[in-house]
Amino acid sequence: MSNLMSGAKMLLECLVREGVDCFFGYPGGVTLPFYDAMYDHHIRHILVRHEENACFAAEGYARATGKVGVCCATSGPGATNLITGLVDSMMDSIPIVAITGQVSTKLIGSDAFQEADTFGITRSCTKHNFLVKTLAELPQIVHEAFYIAASGRPGPVLVDVPKDVFQAQGHYTPVTSIHLPGYKVFTEGHTGQVKRAAQMIWDAERPWVYAGGGIIAAGATQDLRELAEIVDMPVVCTLMGLGGLPAEHPNFVSMPGMHGSYAANMGMSNCDVMIALGVRFDDRVTGRISAFAPHAKVIHVDIDPAEIGKNRVPDLPIVGDVKRVLERLNKMLAEATPERKAKNAAARKAWFAQVRAWKQEFPLAPSYSDTEIKPQHLMAEIDRLSGGQAIVCSDVGQHQMWAAQLIRFSEPRLWINSGGLGSMGFGLPSSIGAQFARPDKLVFAVVGDGGFQMSIPELATIANYGLPIKIVVMNNGYLGMVRQWQELFYNNRLSAVELECFPDAEKLAGAYGFKGRTIEKPHELAGALEAAVREPGPYLLNVKVSSFENVYPMIPAGAAVNEMVMGPPEPVAMPK
Amino acid sequence: MLQVISLLLENKPGALMRVTGVLTARGYNIETLTVARTLDPELSRMTIVVDVDPILRAQVIKQMNKLVNVLQAVDLTESPAVCRELVLIRVRAPLEMRTAILKEAEIFKARVIDSSTEGFALEATDDPEKVDEFVQVMRSYGDIEVIRSGAVAMSLEAKKLRLQPPIATPTGSRDANGVSHTGRRPGEARASGGDGATRQEDEVEVTEES
Repeated sequence: MSNLMSGAKMLLECLVREGVDCFFGYPGGVTLPFYDAMYDHHIRHILVRHEENACFAAEGYARATGKVGVCCATSGPGATNLITGLVDSMMDSIPIVAITGQVSTKLIGSDAFQEADTFGITRSCTKHNFLVKTLAELPQIVHEAFYIAASGRPGPVLVDVPKDVFQAQGHYTPVTSIHLPGYKVFTEGHTGQVKRAAQMIWDAERPWVYAGGGIIAAGATQDLRELAEIVDMPVVCTLMGLGGLPAEHPNFVSMPGMHGSYAANMGMSNCDVMIALGVRFDDRVTGRISAFAPHAKVIHVDIDPAEIGKNRVPDLPIVGDVKRVLERLNKMLAEATPERKAKNAAARKAWFAQVRAWKQEFPLAPSYSDTEIKPQHLMAEIDRLSGGQAIVCSDVGQHQMWAAQLIRFSEPRLWINSGGLGSMGFGLPSSIGAQFARPDKLVFAVVGDGGFQMSIPELATIANYGLPIKIVVMNNGYLGMVRQWQELFYNNRLSAVELECFPDAEKLAGAYGFKGRTIEKPHELAGALEAAVREPGPYLLNVKVSSFENVYPMIPAGAAVNEMVMGPPEPVAMPK
Repeated sequence: MLQVISLLLENKPGALMRVTGVLTARGYNIETLTVARTLDPELSRMTIVVDVDPILRAQVIKQMNKLVNVLQAVDLTESPAVCRELVLIRVRAPLEMRTAILKEAEIFKARVIDSSTEGFALEATDDPEKVDEFVQVMRSYGDIEVIRSGAVAMSLEAKKLRLQPPIATPTGSRDANGVSHTGRRPGEARASGGDGATRQEDEVEVTEES
């Protein structure tokens, strides 16, 4: 089978073969031939209002489904606008294929109009990137890009396509196989190591599971649950791993780290065997790494060999796909003799009782006020309405932490946020991708007043496609997280953090043709959120919350995990 | 002590940049770097000498091995290996010094590749420390011009290189909605590595540069 077609058409055929049903983009000069080919093609292109948001939307799509998210931008400014999204997906290991236009091959290097060295610029912010120089290599490269993006530790791959490659005509022969001789994917895990892990776990008196985004990426949530139940041990899920174990599961403790719960962090500090699954010992989790989990022997399972020993040298490394490793580990654990299982059972029981006592003593509980809406109150209401089933796309900052603490997720891929890079402006565009990926789901975009204003243009996309996203702005009038740090660590000198002007939500939403409302009284909150959810279309709910609330518990940067601060030390003077 | 890294990589545009990017991202300064094609014209062999913090050396090697274009990156700093560097030296040689210079060159097994009334052009190949010495000695004869190739290093242990086999692309079957589905799960290529090192068990096996 081969037929004559343009490079642009060929690219679309390759996307179809990779199972792409929709992608997010913004056209421009050199991608004109590509967009022309799209005109009468069934593949769905979603027009966003800024290229950065095309990448964020693709991330939302990928995070909600596990499929590769695809975005597209033109050369020069289009490509450079993608950078933040690429780094974001790199940090969180999200599979993305970004297609950028490039000036014609003859013009590359001549400072042509809208030329940028996309291949060079994106080298360090992608898992891999390609510059397509001839039409002949295009199909091969596209399939390689998808394979690299989705396999191993997922990540973003960029394909830079010059205009003349889009325009060239060639015979298209579907590619049946690709060959990447140097691309190593470790999936199985060393059998001897898995066996040793099983021994270490049954020998433990205070076992502890530290599960991260790798659980979600590998689709290993059921295996994680089995692991926790076989040994009956406590589990924490990181910011990237929330939903990896249902929040209501009796073995789930909470999120650990800088704004994790007391129980989670005390458990990390006092366990004797830590089973780290698809995590990277991020500084926001470990605090001062030299003081992290001082009594623990660490079993570290990760698909990326470069993660092993990067921050914490494990006692037992296992390089492999966490799902495949857990399948075998669980089997070995279950097959242990009853005597072996019983050996430390009493100690493990006492340990879990201790963890539960910590959890009871210092719970992550919402707080309420009669006069103003507490941000925690807002998150508790969203939790109530979502019932653990809604997709929550968060932006970055205080609201993200409160949402992570208080909204309970019963499944993976419901909690979508920018974890590693912490990109403000992520929440709203990622909710677009998530809603396209899961039209059946209730999608909340939970954003702060800062991040919302970074992504305001996407209200047009939401209105344009009639996406029934519930945009909830936690509006405290400040860049809250930066303000919190200024308060705590910079003598409350509030420098450039007050967001004095915020648009009227009703008028703003109205201008785009959908409903909006601002509320500021606690008694209005439940009803307003319910009305937003009932609304068949998009809804913008601006919730004015107390301005000076801080996120607690908190481990100050550079402090040890057990040096966490549970609440404000003393009342802090309000700025004049 | 400097780290000596030997890499086998695909001879593709941008491959060099990816490798050096692992070092430059951490602010390391590369001391020497050589790269040339192997017997297989699609592959290049690269030797890098770089000052890396000893506790980060293994991490740097792992990150290089992660690169799609890199078939193999190994640390030769402390493993049995030979390391050689070529040096070209132009030395001004007045009549009364010519014999002394030639004697000295002989000690270092240097060859005279050009001789004129002005002086000599010399060529020597040795391990980098010996080359340092030779350069020092030649400097005692006055102003010299020195060009060094950078080190090339070869492991003395026979290292089998295992390549990944080809991977099938999705078949592109479409359902009623015109949506195509791929059954491929990430990471189909079967491999295992138990200790964080790059060990693989795969079907295709080639002996390097044979």
